[in-house]
Amino acid sequence: MANSDSRLPVPSTDMPLLAASGLCKNFGGIKAVNDAKLEVVKGSITGLIGPNGAGKTTLFNLLSNFIRPDQGRVIFDGEQIQQLQPYQIAQQGMVRTFQVARTLSRLSVMENMLLAAQKQTGENFWQLQLQAHVVSQEEKQLRQQAMFLLESVGLAQKAGDYAGVLSGGQRKLLEMARALMTQPKLILLDEPAAGVNPTLINQICDRIQTWNREGMTFLIIEHNMDVIMSLCDRVWVLAEGKNLAVGTPAEIQTNSEVLAAYLGQ
Amino acid sequence: MVGYLVFLTISAATFALFGLGLNLQWGFTGLINFGHVAFMTLGAYTTVLLSAKGVPLIVAAPIGVGVAALLGLGIGFATLRLREDYLGIVTIGVAELIRLVVNNQDLPYRDTWTPGAFGLQSYPIPFGNFIPNLFTQWLMIGILTVLIGLAYWRVWRWIMIQDDAVKSKKSSRLVIGFVVAVLTWILYSCGVIALLDYANNQKAGLMVLSLVVLAFVFWRLEVLVRSPWGRVLKAIREDEEVPKALGKNVFWYKLQALMLGGGIAGLAGAFYAWQLSAIYPDNFQPQITFDTWIMVILGGSGNNLGTILGTVIFFAYDTLTREYLPKIVPLDEARLGAFRIMVIGLILMVLMIWRPQGILGNKEELTLGK
Repeated sequence: MANSDSRLPVPSTDMPLLAASGLCKNFGGIKAVNDAKLEVVKGSITGLIGPNGAGKTTLFNLLSNFIRPDQGRVIFDGEQIQQLQPYQIAQQGMVRTFQVARTLSRLSVMENMLLAAQKQTGENFWQLQLQAHVVSQEEKQLRQQAMFLLESVGLAQKAGDYAGVLSGGQRKLLEMARALMTQPKLILLDEPAAGVNPTLINQICDRIQTWNREGMTFLIIEHNMDVIMSLCDRVWVLAEGKNLAVGTPAEIQTNSEVLAAYLGQ
Repeated sequence: MVGYLVFLTISAATFALFGLGLNLQWGFTGLINFGHVAFMTLGAYTTVLLSAKGVPLIVAAPIGVGVAALLGLGIGFATLRLREDYLGIVTIGVAELIRLVVNNQDLPYRDTWTPGAFGLQSYPIPFGNFIPNLFTQWLMIGILTVLIGLAYWRVWRWIMIQDDAVKSKKSSRLVIGFVVAVLTWILYSCGVIALLDYANNQKAGLMVLSLVVLAFVFWRLEVLVRSPWGRVLKAIREDEEVPKALGKNVFWYKLQALMLGGGIAGLAGAFYAWQLSAIYPDNFQPQITFDTWIMVILGGSGNNLGTILGTVIFFAYDTLTREYLPKIVPLDEARLGAFRIMVIGLILMVLMIWRPQGILGNKEELTLGK
């Protein structure tokens, strides 16, 4: 499939960057995700919403294989990925963030960023011994790149501080910048606006939009409806582990089934 | 006196090396290894058995390192996929297992099979029958001088450090630096005296070798932990889900840390055997592991310089109390031994309250949440 898609004259929208179908996951007797389907079009900002306990984060975990699905297929960029390890999926270009921002507290903000860079020569034990000069050159380059990203999220001044001293909102920004540092094709954001003050929410939305205009694709879980409605091109609604609806934000807002699920009949 | 200090220097260098291996696993990668002595046992016995069969020491010791690293590979494959506390349990079990096997097995020593419990004696030791001429004698003194020069330079750089991340006061660093400088100077003078009087100090050559190896391993480890490779290890220590989400093969890096730390411990095992001149399974009690944990925590986990400092302090305490405590405290020998260990426990408790990050550790790091 990967070979043929460049020849076929289909518009890129017909071939989603990420397509998951039939995903199932049971925890004991509870069907957390039950035959769920999801598609993310390249270049879009796709939203994933649903009431509490709908299985959104579980679905994220299934997509990135942090939890193995019982059933289902995930195709990312033309290749099946459900048999890959989480780190291999990240290497393929699908990077996730976490609901509660996970920064590496005792590493500096800069080190957090540098860690994310892919295919570093200095990450190989033997290369490190043999090619010390290559490694130091790469580091210099990566530092610049990281500094540029940190400036864009307003954390440049904190580069030398421990990541543990950052506020909750700053951690969310760092996590996003760090995900971007991997130069991915798709970023999965798990509640980027949760627990963040309104000013920072605006900044976060701004950044997501700017990066999207520069060509980055996003899949976002979010409870804050303002964020979803202003950012997303397309919204998928999940309830009790199943797909409930899909459409543009305007369609979703007026969908009676969605309203019923949120408000409880 | 000089002979005793040479013996002490080799012991301290051996355990510093051993501690550096543990520090790589625990201090940088966060792996709980309660059976570090297992690597030492394998390194020591492999080196000794091979060299007794006629294999040159320069080959036997690296093979010992390799075997110890292989043990790391085995333990890693068995446990690293599980939660980290399982590693602690398995390592402590493996260490006891290896010691008991060595104790009960017949070992192929020289041309015969010797029961392990009888121990191994009179095996080849580096510089064992070495008779120095004027040139080699002064070469060794030169090497020792260079080493102490490097040590002083490193300590000086640490005292003068200008880094916002390091919040310890310069005055306190000066005091520690001064104590270390005096201690190393005493050891250095004794080393030189021993080298000049080589006939009466047969282990002086081994002392120089152990210090050279320690310095080399320390240098390479410092390069490693400041590299992108070391960054991944530190990230795993902090929260292994993050490097996983960023495309790092966490399992493989943990395995590398376990193997490299184990290999270093294996090398320490070879030095341990050479310094003792005769090894018995009882030399490899679990106590060794826990003493080393004390040294690493005392100096500050995740700090290589701290590990070496912790070792020096531990040995200084051990020697001084062994010598002078009987003159102060009127107790019989058995009670005095228990008393000394009690005081170590007390010191550790006070340290954990007053300076939980260890002597060279960074307090700020402990106050950071996840």
